[in-house]
Amino acid sequence: MVVNCEEVWREISNYLEGEMEPGLRLALEEHIRGCQRCTAVLDGTRNVVQLYGDERMLEVPLGFSQRLQHRLDENMPRSRRGFLGWMVAATAAVLVAGSIEVGRSSMLSHPELRSEHAQPGAGVPPDMVVVVSKDGKIFHGHGCPFIHDKAHVETLTAREAMREGYAPCVRCMKQYLTVG
Amino acid sequence: MPGEGTSLTDPAKQFNEEMLIRRIREGEHDLFYELIRPYERRVYSAALAILRNEADAEDVAQEAVLKALKHIRQFRAESRFSTWLIQITVNEACMRIRKQQAQSSEPIIDQQDEEGNYTPRDFADWREIPSETLERKEVREMLAKALTSLSEKYREVFVLRDMQHLSIEETARALGISTASVKTRLMRARLMLRDLLSPGLGGNWSSKLSFEKGTKPW
Repeated sequence: MVVNCEEVWREISNYLEGEMEPGLRLALEEHIRGCQRCTAVLDGTRNVVQLYGDERMLEVPLGFSQRLQHRLDENMPRSRRGFLGWMVAATAAVLVAGSIEVGRSSMLSHPELRSEHAQPGAGVPPDMVVVVSKDGKIFHGHGCPFIHDKAHVETLTAREAMREGYAPCVRCMKQYLTVG
Repeated sequence: MPGEGTSLTDPAKQFNEEMLIRRIREGEHDLFYELIRPYERRVYSAALAILRNEADAEDVAQEAVLKALKHIRQFRAESRFSTWLIQITVNEACMRIRKQQAQSSEPIIDQQDEEGNYTPRDFADWREIPSETLERKEVREMLAKALTSLSEKYREVFVLRDMQHLSIEETARALGISTASVKTRLMRARLMLRDLLSPGLGGNWSSKLSFEKGTKPW
């Protein structure tokens, strides 16, 4: 088989790929050995493939990796490991908060205060007789000028009042309340 | 050929990669960065070769990596992860190009007949170029500049096959063209680059590379 220069140029890329039937390859090699131009074309093409195939041609701008990682971090779905960790932490927080609440409840032996402005009445003598009005939130000593709806008051002990969520009157019970 | 792609023939590395992918699919998404780290440069360079703009290339590279993370369950083990990742990058870059072309009144698509033979224009004798030459930044820049002079269809085939080291078949799949087209375009791309660069090896190549913007020397 004999090939000319045009055929060599057309097949030179396949020759470098190693994809060529043996007869054609031998014919190509024989032609190239005797042809200065085709030798130049083959050497040059081989150089092109080798140079561009080098890893050093794969350059990235400064900071590329950091920016990519940052972008990934922003878009990363919560991993299962992370999610489990988060769940454990959240459960622990709930348990701790719950136990604190339970501890506080049992210690004070009363439900949530009816008034958000009320102060806990831990210093009030528990057996002290106090009065509460039906729709009020505060317990008072008898004769306190700040009793709400005096026509519908109920008498009970401070312990009972606090158990039901009443808070001590900051005026008449002032002496029993802690400052701060 | 040197390159990260060939390193994956290492069975231990391949096994490690498969393990990483399995764990990521099971929910350990934090491992994804470890998986793609070896391919960062390849992703960027593939995007840059197609887009020819550093800012666009970085943006597309990031988008491609995010897309790979999002669709990691769709990756099929019969192909290499690197090939899959590069394929996503090429798709993203081509989409960006099409979007830019749609916004531009000037068509960029090269109408050159790719079936015709290519006749080399320069028969200067090439001496063998030592790879150490690539340590010189100006040499890398000249090569990059010559590459950007190629029209898109030649550039993308050349980048995937000769720089990313995808096989002919993988390149064809990534671009959605036949293997025959890959071979023809690859032949032309290699010979065009040789024509562009060969005078320099005789001592006067930098002047040959000073094309005016938007023009081609062939």
